[in-house]
Amino acid sequence: MLNYILRRLLYSIPVVAGVMLITFLLFNVLQKPEAAAALNLGAKASAQAKQEWIHNRGLDEPMPVQFVKHLGRLATFQFEPSWRTGRDMREVFAKHAGPSLLITLPGFVCGLIAAVGLALYQVFVRNSLLDRSMTLAAVALMSVPAMVYIIFGQAVIALALNYFPAFGFDMQGLGTARFLVLPVLVMVLVNLGHDARLYRAIFLEEVGQDYVRTALAKGVASTRVLGVHVLKNGLIALITLTVAHLPALVMGSLLIENFFGIPGLGNVLFIAIQTSDQPVVLASVYLGSLLYIAGLILTDLLYALADPRIRLS
Amino acid sequence: MPAAPLLSVRNLAIDFAAETGTVEAVRGISFDLAAGETLAIVGESGSGKSVTGLALTRLLPEPPALYKTGEILLDGTDVLKMKARELRNIRGNRIAYVFQEPSTSLNPVFTIRSQIAEAIRLHRPEVTDVDAEIVKVLDMVGIVNPQQRMRDYPHQLSGGMQQRAMIAMALSCHPDLLIADEPTTALDVTIQAQIIDQLRALKKQLGMSIILITHNFGIISGIAERVAVMFRGKIVEEGETGRVLSQPEHPYTKALIECIPQLGRKRERLATIDHAALEAAL
Amino acid sequence: MPLASLPLAAAGSGFFTSLNDFLNRWWVQDFIVVFGFGLVFVLLRAGSRNERWQRAWERLKRDRTGLIALAVICLYLAIGGLEALQIPSSGGGRRSVLDLVVGGIPSEKTYSAPLANTLLTEIPPKPLNGRHLLGTDALGKDVFVQTLKACRTALIIGGLTSAIYIPLGALLGIIAGYFRRWADDLIQYIYSTLASIPSILLLVAILMILGKGLGTMSFALGITGWVGLCRLIRGETMRQNERAYVAAARALGQSHWRIVTRHLLPNVMHLVLINFVLGFSGIILSEAILSYLSVGSPVGTPSWGSMIDGGRSELSRDPLIWWNLSAATVALFGLVLSLNLLGDSLRRAFDPKRG
Repeated sequence: MLNYILRRLLYSIPVVAGVMLITFLLFNVLQKPEAAAALNLGAKASAQAKQEWIHNRGLDEPMPVQFVKHLGRLATFQFEPSWRTGRDMREVFAKHAGPSLLITLPGFVCGLIAAVGLALYQVFVRNSLLDRSMTLAAVALMSVPAMVYIIFGQAVIALALNYFPAFGFDMQGLGTARFLVLPVLVMVLVNLGHDARLYRAIFLEEVGQDYVRTALAKGVASTRVLGVHVLKNGLIALITLTVAHLPALVMGSLLIENFFGIPGLGNVLFIAIQTSDQPVVLASVYLGSLLYIAGLILTDLLYALADPRIRLS
Repeated sequence: MPAAPLLSVRNLAIDFAAETGTVEAVRGISFDLAAGETLAIVGESGSGKSVTGLALTRLLPEPPALYKTGEILLDGTDVLKMKARELRNIRGNRIAYVFQEPSTSLNPVFTIRSQIAEAIRLHRPEVTDVDAEIVKVLDMVGIVNPQQRMRDYPHQLSGGMQQRAMIAMALSCHPDLLIADEPTTALDVTIQAQIIDQLRALKKQLGMSIILITHNFGIISGIAERVAVMFRGKIVEEGETGRVLSQPEHPYTKALIECIPQLGRKRERLATIDHAALEAAL
Repeated sequence: MPLASLPLAAAGSGFFTSLNDFLNRWWVQDFIVVFGFGLVFVLLRAGSRNERWQRAWERLKRDRTGLIALAVICLYLAIGGLEALQIPSSGGGRRSVLDLVVGGIPSEKTYSAPLANTLLTEIPPKPLNGRHLLGTDALGKDVFVQTLKACRTALIIGGLTSAIYIPLGALLGIIAGYFRRWADDLIQYIYSTLASIPSILLLVAILMILGKGLGTMSFALGITGWVGLCRLIRGETMRQNERAYVAAARALGQSHWRIVTRHLLPNVMHLVLINFVLGFSGIILSEAILSYLSVGSPVGTPSWGSMIDGGRSELSRDPLIWWNLSAATVALFGLVLSLNLLGDSLRRAFDPKRG
């Protein structure tokens, strides 16, 4: 097992290097240093100020030198401080990761339970009118852009019904929960249509397998066949789809956090985009990729543990 | 006076709704099965024999299957009129199945033990020591070291052992009838003989009825007292095994038997079956 | 959160600024529209000679949901096409054919409610210049007309992006699946690396550097969106490679080029078609999200995404302005839903076993 982990980590190194290359191409090659300086200092800055800015960051050095330095900095997590606030990226990430997770983790878990439940139910009533209607509803849910859920969620539910706070965040123990309900609900809705359809396909595939026929031939009730036999097999397939996104949850949701005023990493990134704060965007791209790659390794591991055919071979 | 048959199929007809229209899989078949008797249903693929086997406990998915006419009488009660709960009661309990592909018919993520235990807990709730029962039944089918083996997952067993495990699972609730649908087709020839021997021994030991569904005439003698030959959804010939094999009456049966290559017989080419002509003669 | 007023600079990529400018010329857009429709027509004709496509068409004809979806899509295509066909108008501007059809709806000064008689907040209220079915937006333009005009934007972005990602994904997929060995390894490495970067982050980064515009957005979406198709085609190519007819062609000494173009390509094209339809809906949704993040369609280009983006602040005004957001949402929903449903119907038509 340890051997397997080490090998996977080793294979990830070229991929991480590739990500570093892409960020380099974007921020150092495709973008002219003068333009970057203008973005940071303002268009009206003097030519001399811009030159100084460029020189301070080593952007006038030959490309290979820049690339090596870029690799080194990324590998050691040394990011340029934010252009807007001047804060160190590591500090920013540490501070804002918590609120992000408070939304995305419950959103992920609730979303998973809801989508699996709906998918199993659809398989239970498969080929009926109910099944087809639910599929249509899922496709309809998928066809609405995320912002519309957010905007309507806030306007209709919060403002009109006045049940939950529409905006804001306050870390005060259990009281925090009421700020989370709407964002989590919106997050679940945004992904529900797409996920339910996907899981339905997986469970439908399992239902066609021989072992289901054997279980029915033993006299097992169809609810138990679905809830135990099909679910357990389906969950293993589900792992490959969902676990990879787990580590990246810490990056938060751009749209939801900004809209509901949650001070998480997603909001940080959102503001960075609006204000062309490139160091933040670069750091987010790099870290987001690392987290996703970690998620892929985690997926392989969990899959190997969960499927007895792999675990015991 | 002969006892009433355990199973009595009368005029069973089953259709399947396919994309290109309706397929008549079973076209009015009838047969009886006495307690303790073994009946072999022989036919090529598409003859309707597997559909018949699954129909006996209404295991066919409906749709696309449609039970057009007929009755399936188990001790006098019509299976086709049973409610879902009654059906679940007889499945695994009074009528049990063994299927063709043991590697895919067993659930890959549960141990042998838990899969057999599921059946026992379902139909024999009075059993207190389930593990002991599992060991007993695994031993009965000839699996060595059953205490170890039962904690294995299906993929850890060889094909022959998987099939034995399936048979054990089927027998765990002492069924009156065992339906074996092509039990040896997916196995090596040497293992085939072992499995048939095992079935024969179990039959003697337990006195249960068996319906053996196969396309292979070669395995039925020695275990099946009677044989029914199916072609295109109909039973074209039925009778005592020895008689049918040595003096087949229907041209299809004759053609089928002719197809079995025989060692030592000189022949220019292997025999084939003219399906179209036989269909016309049906 | 107040939006910074810093414009996103086309940070030094002269190529992309000139690309955006080039695409803004009216005759270029006319050409793209005609070319696009012509290409679709040619592809469909080629497809109709393929037996597998003929069988799928037969099945599709029996699928009512799919046919309705197809009809709706054709409607959007017609509207978008009419808007995209631009002719120089008197007075030195440009008008589209759609303008001629719908024409003559005057603009107001600012917001007005649907079918209202007066501006929203004018005191004392003065009568409007005309009737507006869905009201007017901040600049006084008729919302219904703007919604229709946005069809063109959606079609252009979808079409351009598809023109980039489909050849890229399909070709690399076939190369990887057919030639295997180092070509396969290289292509897998490239798409694994690309796929590791969360797409929204990569899109935003690219657009920040290259600047806003229909050209750059299509480029960004295309460059990040080919991975799925590549994986799909690669898998199918490898499956087809195992089949007897490919071995037969090789045994006959046919060149790689012939085997790929005459045997493999026709047998994976249906996957490309399904991916194109479903991908189109994803592209339109992405445009909406990117506009919301202020890296989307440039100001002045009518787009559903920017209408929804504007809706955010409009909903918190008093009185409530809901028509802009609703019109864009409904229009976008209509197209995306139809594309998704058509994609599903196509999947079922080509492979009925997968319910």
